[in-house]
Amino acid sequence: MTPEELIEIAEAEREAQSEYAHTFNVCVAAGCLSCQSQSVKDALDQEIKTHGLEHTCRTKGVGCMGLCSEGPLVSTEKGTLYKKVAASDAPELVESVEVGPVSRLVCPTDMPFFQKQKKIVLENSGVIDAERMEDYVAAGGYSGLIQALTEMTPAQVIEQVTRSGLRGRGGAGYPTGLKWSTVAKAQSTRKFAICNADEGDPGAFMDRSVLESDPHRVLEGMLIAAYAVGASEGFIYVRAEYPLAIKRLRTAIRQAERLGLLGGNICGTRFSFHIDLRLGAGAFVCGEETALIASIEGRRGTPRPRPPYPAQAGVFDEPTLINNVETYANVPMIIRNGGDWYARIGTEKSKGTKVFALAGRIQNTGLVEVPMGITLREIVFEIGGGIPDGRNFKAVQTGGPSGGCLPGQFLDMPVDYESLAKAGSIMGSGGMIVIDDSACMVDVAKYFMDFCMTESCGKCIPCRVGTYQVHELLKRITGCESTPQDMSMLQELCDLLKTTSLCGLGQSSPNPVLSTLRYFADEYKAHVEDHNCPAGVCGNGSGGAR
Amino acid sequence: MTVAAGIKTLKIDDRDFSARAQETILDVARQNGIFIPSLCELKGLSEVGACRLCLVEIKGSNRLFPACVTPVEEGMEVTTNSERLQRYRRSILELLFTERNHVCSVCVSNGHCEMQTLAQKLEITHVRFPYRYPKAEVDASHQRFVVDHNRCILCSRCVRVCDEIEGAHTWDLKGRGIHVRVITDLDEPWGSSETCTGCGKCVHVCPTGALFEKGRSVAEMMKRRQFLPYLTLMREDRE
Repeated sequence: MTPEELIEIAEAEREAQSEYAHTFNVCVAAGCLSCQSQSVKDALDQEIKTHGLEHTCRTKGVGCMGLCSEGPLVSTEKGTLYKKVAASDAPELVESVEVGPVSRLVCPTDMPFFQKQKKIVLENSGVIDAERMEDYVAAGGYSGLIQALTEMTPAQVIEQVTRSGLRGRGGAGYPTGLKWSTVAKAQSTRKFAICNADEGDPGAFMDRSVLESDPHRVLEGMLIAAYAVGASEGFIYVRAEYPLAIKRLRTAIRQAERLGLLGGNICGTRFSFHIDLRLGAGAFVCGEETALIASIEGRRGTPRPRPPYPAQAGVFDEPTLINNVETYANVPMIIRNGGDWYARIGTEKSKGTKVFALAGRIQNTGLVEVPMGITLREIVFEIGGGIPDGRNFKAVQTGGPSGGCLPGQFLDMPVDYESLAKAGSIMGSGGMIVIDDSACMVDVAKYFMDFCMTESCGKCIPCRVGTYQVHELLKRITGCESTPQDMSMLQELCDLLKTTSLCGLGQSSPNPVLSTLRYFADEYKAHVEDHNCPAGVCGNGSGGAR
Repeated sequence: MTVAAGIKTLKIDDRDFSARAQETILDVARQNGIFIPSLCELKGLSEVGACRLCLVEIKGSNRLFPACVTPVEEGMEVTTNSERLQRYRRSILELLFTERNHVCSVCVSNGHCEMQTLAQKLEITHVRFPYRYPKAEVDASHQRFVVDHNRCILCSRCVRVCDEIEGAHTWDLKGRGIHVRVITDLDEPWGSSETCTGCGKCVHVCPTGALFEKGRSVAEMMKRRQFLPYLTLMREDRE
């Protein structure tokens, strides 16, 4: 594959696409598929045939368009977006290509949900066919890789990534450029690059969406990273609960191999890279890098103490680079447009954009990509459309079971790594669960502690027994049968978990409890002292509603 | 590299020590008679850093470091026994007591149990957290040995000695979180295990009465570990 050949593919694809005057882009990512978008696509195909429009009109299965709550979504080449489309709407839609949009199905795209977003990672989501590599190439795909391989040295690639200020999107926010240069400097003839796609936070679906909508972007990011650090083998560790993402990744890997963009001597250079998929077996802890490595090696997925860090001794004790799906998905654009371009987006210490999965009690459930530094209020009330059913906002939970619940006073805080950490939460992988005033915050804390307890691997004592004891305490509190001593014990155990646990799962597991203790102390007080749940969620004696 | 480059000097509890570069804080402390509690660590087996009892403070960091896996560094200043550390250690051990059914009076290891000894040393007089009282199995299907899950603390010494020293890998762990337990082969009765060689190494590295020999009274069930340093030494020589 030469740069010229790539351009040829792109041009051929663009020409083929321009033969059709009309295109219906039907979302076939998991969200819309689950509300029957495949039957919508089939019905449209059928209708196009009956109208004899096969040569001017076509349908295309595309990735996620973001507004999952209004699915199935269909968009046209003119930029019209249709929401809640049913198979029975197909005749009307096909007839509309000549006369204009079907107003009863139109979803306005001038609302903040679309206008306030800035798309880098999701640039192609909802635009290209995830199962056709040509479509990705036509959209400029793999030009970043070719550029890196033919015009840049590995050090120059790392330099651009460092300048971009990109930080790990898996949650901790470690500077990506620094991580890459550490692995690049490690002395070994065999190195690995791993993509962590073991997304497991409740309410988070960013990585799934990226993999389902634009798998080649992740492959391209990994290839560039592998070239930069000198890795020759790679793994994508993806959870088995994402069958569609796995299927599309497999397709993408096969296509890239066939075109010579994956395998030996890529683009005629000395650079070789092979990617294998590894499927997770449903353990949340395998998102922790050392547990993930153990799982890839075929061992029990439990973490080990660091150092040595994976950059020194990772998979099979070789230097290993581990980045999250979203981190890799940012890389092609950074190479194409330069690190300085990327660094202009976002805040001083948090550059670029972040994809968030909006879930919970919010009008516009779905996937959004926003520049760093945007306020929570803009995300929840403008992009998210506020709280449904006339309820009031109570808190927003970021960062999943490792994060915290932030109350209304933080709505005007900018969303970046430092601000969130200062407020007692974390950026996390990007799950954002909105909670309204019908929820009991102690009950919310109990839910997340239950999650951590069941997902603890059981290796270290504080996490194995500590999460159990904290969960028991929360059960007693939500059951309105606790004593004031329970509260001091709760504090003590949370501190123990945070300070003495072996890995990030245990260390961050008390965050939902600590943040609710900090901002909703009166709710705990009502449960403990007055044996009453202000929100009316927790029952007596039974240990809560759940 | 000169010989001196491989030697580090450090402070433990305000006393100066020298150590070889590859040694851990726990190694140096042991050599010099400084007590750091531990349950999962056993000289001769690989370290897992799982019990969190050997956590120590290192000047310049807010984090705590497991002494068993933290290599010494030049100029390091280690505190092994602050009030904060004592408090954490007691809490961790208390949690361990609540997890299963540790009833010393009916245990064959009473009087020579590492967990019991440690509790006495850390001056634990009572446990503040509620006990779980789980229903745990006792597997007495093996001809000579018994595993009593009521007394297991999941230190994984048996798993490691069987895999690393005996080479049989009969033992492993199953389940997640509070439901983890040690298993033989693919969770079959120990007696019908086809990989177990009956060497008894697991029994003798077990810190509690979870693994014991049949037909031994309390006074007789002493754990003998002399084989471990001997085997390790012989193997090092061969390498």
